[in-house]
Amino acid sequence: METEKKPILEMRGITKRFPGVVANDHVDLELFSGEVLALLGENGAGKSSLMNVLAGLYRPDEGAIFIRGEKVQIDSPRDAMSLGIGMVHQNFMLVDTMTVAENIVLGLKSIKPIPDMRKISARIREISEHYNLQVDPGAYIWQLSVGEQQRVEILKQIYRGAEILILDEPTAVLTPQEAEELNKILHQMTGEGKSAIFITHKMEEVIDFSDWVRVLQLGKLVTVKRTSETNPQELARLMVGRDVLFRIDKTPAEPKEVILELEDVEANDEKGLPALRGLNLRVRRGEIVGIAGVAGNGQRELTEVITGLHKVLGGRIQINGKDMTNSSPLSIIRAGVSHIPSDRIAMGVVGDMSVANNLVMKGYRRTPITHSGLLDPRRILEFARKMIDVFKISTPTPGTHVKFLSGGNIQKTILAREIDSCGGVLIAAYPSRGLDVGATEAVRKEMVKQRDRGSGVLLVSEDLDELLSVADKIVVMFEGQVMGELDSSEADVGMLGLMMAGVHKEKAEKEYSGSNHATGV
Amino acid sequence: MQLVFEKRKSVSRRAIVLVPILSFLVSLILTGFLLLIFNANPFRTFAAMFVGAFGSWSNFTETLVKAIPLMFTGLGVTIAFKLRFWNIGAEGQLTFGGVAAAWVALFWSPFLPDWSLLPMVMLVGMMAGAAWAGIPALLKTQLNVDETLVTLMLNYVAILFAEGLYYGAWRDPEGYGFPGTKQFPEAAWLPRFAGRAHVGLFIAIGIGLVLWVAMNRTKWGFELNMIGKNKKAARCLGVNVKRNIVVALLISGALSGLAGVSEVTAISHRLQQGLSMGYGYTAIIVAWLSQLNPIAGLFVAVLMAGLLVGGDQVQMMMGLPAAMGLVLQGMILFPMLAGSLFTEYRIKRINPKNSRVLPSEGEVSS
Repeated sequence: METEKKPILEMRGITKRFPGVVANDHVDLELFSGEVLALLGENGAGKSSLMNVLAGLYRPDEGAIFIRGEKVQIDSPRDAMSLGIGMVHQNFMLVDTMTVAENIVLGLKSIKPIPDMRKISARIREISEHYNLQVDPGAYIWQLSVGEQQRVEILKQIYRGAEILILDEPTAVLTPQEAEELNKILHQMTGEGKSAIFITHKMEEVIDFSDWVRVLQLGKLVTVKRTSETNPQELARLMVGRDVLFRIDKTPAEPKEVILELEDVEANDEKGLPALRGLNLRVRRGEIVGIAGVAGNGQRELTEVITGLHKVLGGRIQINGKDMTNSSPLSIIRAGVSHIPSDRIAMGVVGDMSVANNLVMKGYRRTPITHSGLLDPRRILEFARKMIDVFKISTPTPGTHVKFLSGGNIQKTILAREIDSCGGVLIAAYPSRGLDVGATEAVRKEMVKQRDRGSGVLLVSEDLDELLSVADKIVVMFEGQVMGELDSSEADVGMLGLMMAGVHKEKAEKEYSGSNHATGV
Repeated sequence: MQLVFEKRKSVSRRAIVLVPILSFLVSLILTGFLLLIFNANPFRTFAAMFVGAFGSWSNFTETLVKAIPLMFTGLGVTIAFKLRFWNIGAEGQLTFGGVAAAWVALFWSPFLPDWSLLPMVMLVGMMAGAAWAGIPALLKTQLNVDETLVTLMLNYVAILFAEGLYYGAWRDPEGYGFPGTKQFPEAAWLPRFAGRAHVGLFIAIGIGLVLWVAMNRTKWGFELNMIGKNKKAARCLGVNVKRNIVVALLISGALSGLAGVSEVTAISHRLQQGLSMGYGYTAIIVAWLSQLNPIAGLFVAVLMAGLLVGGDQVQMMMGLPAAMGLVLQGMILFPMLAGSLFTEYRIKRINPKNSRVLPSEGEVSS
């Protein structure tokens, strides 16, 4: 290969160490112009670290970077930019209260003290038309959907002259249709000689998007393959070093009585705009109901009204037959609701307290842990040891502060606490987001087990694979309303995608049978 | 060779104990240089301070006298800080407590039997301190008003209010123009046991011990800890954050109020100018230096009081400004704040020849 084409970018022997971990261990990377490279790996495999080195955010401990054969030193994002490297981060780096155009030129050295916004906007329009990236330069970021915000990020990098575009898990926040759009944009860019690296842990995307794939495992490069010469199964094996179960083993659901019921629930979001518009939902004991939808369509408010963290403006919520509308979080916990929150660090744990203490953050109210008014440190430790053992939480000691654990083990800590204290309803919001395959499997299995113990589980997820394999029923939400309900054994990605884009089930069925186009799982 | 900070894999317990001690030593060194500017021998000065504070029984009792209000306010501030509620209003809560105590002692005594006067004085004084801390707590929980500003401002309100009383309405007509009220009836005096040292010491120690148990072994303390370290998570886990903040602040203010009560009932026996020597502010240092541990707080209060008394001594004996003690107190905070870095980070030596390292900004990401 190298004889016919010289790589535009080469990384040689990149090593990046963090306290206690080697994030990248002598990793090599080559990128050819006009091609898309997929960087595949589990969480903690070192994908983001490697890209942060390239984008000038981290400095490598060892190794060298060459651009068009010349050795370069990248000490800052500015250096990276001047070398034509632009990165679209997983969490967008946009200022909400500023316009698209302002965000695109923000921080550019070449911008005059009083920028000519009309000229800038015209240039942005030109680029966005060229790449079919429709965004209004005058719109404010807060007005845009997540997909649009991503387009702004890409536009920003192109505007700044990026020849090498790095995308960190770009499809995590997109509908299947939006992801398809992104794929088209990438290919148009590469068609013009630009190149892209994208980070992912989804096999299908590697196949759909890339020309080359590099697989990282625990900081080391395991394989380089031409995408056309591999398949998802092989990639999965290379990524985790073993065959992965894509399907969870579970028996058919045996739904019993309704344990959670929402009737015409209405609520506003934090900005005071309607987020839930007359939502109806039922979860029965012994079933997992999945909530599908693009982020920001009321899922967060849904989980928060059920758990009492968010005010309900209209309608009714019944738990176990009791009206719990606008009850306090504590009385809802007492009514039997457990909650795995969407933001596990901010809402799920107290990072500066020990694993043992975090594990009893619900149990401390009960008698075995507290007796005669005092907490019993021995009982806490005993309980914690048991939980650590049962849920296979990997921690140096039960006394270690939770913030020193990996994301997967933090999630297992939350899971252990919530499942142990669960009284019939488990609300899980994005429970496997950002976890590696091993932890993801553990989390999913626990949810199924909880169902089999007779609880009703509400699973909110943006990962359709997860919904299709774990949930028994899938409810699609769009703009605070239910677009329809599908049996997960009959549902498929294309159909769900249409409903996630706001098409009601009946209409979607017609449209879908008409087009007869399947994306497949 | 190059030195970089490296994040520890767990919080260092050794650092938690060592940092305050080393901070104190560093502050001694820094103050030593300052003393050199004043042409004073640092070693002799520190020795004189130590002797002045702890050198004799009578000096030690004076140190205890100043330690008592520092214990009360220090414990009060500790509770608030545990919640990350920045109550810097202990001074005002102390003052208001003292005012309320004076009110009961001076004006209720005709209507109350002697035995009940002192308990009533203490109760009302604590309630006044609690009310003074309750205002910022309610403003914070109901309207999200910044507590730092409110508590600070309320200090001035309380201090000027007290001044207005002892210069005006409550001024003793037979006091030869001295700004202060009449002396309290003896039934409202808190008994002394050695020199001016009074039983407030045992009350403070008792509260310190109870508070340690409450903070470390009860559901209440567990909830305070959760709220202080992650409010959002506490709320998700069913903790009533607002009520906890208000209750904790009422207790915090009551303790500072008790400091004011003990000052007027045991030391001055009247409300007068110079009720507090900035105890409410020194309490912040007590709380930090004790790392919010109530038992450690008792000892730190004695140490801080020793600096105050020792400072007075060097003024008398060596002609140095008494503020030297305060300077030392203030100097402790800087190394303390800087040193708390070491509980989570350590210094690592690296060889720049084959590696270029930047202190890592975040955790490892994928």
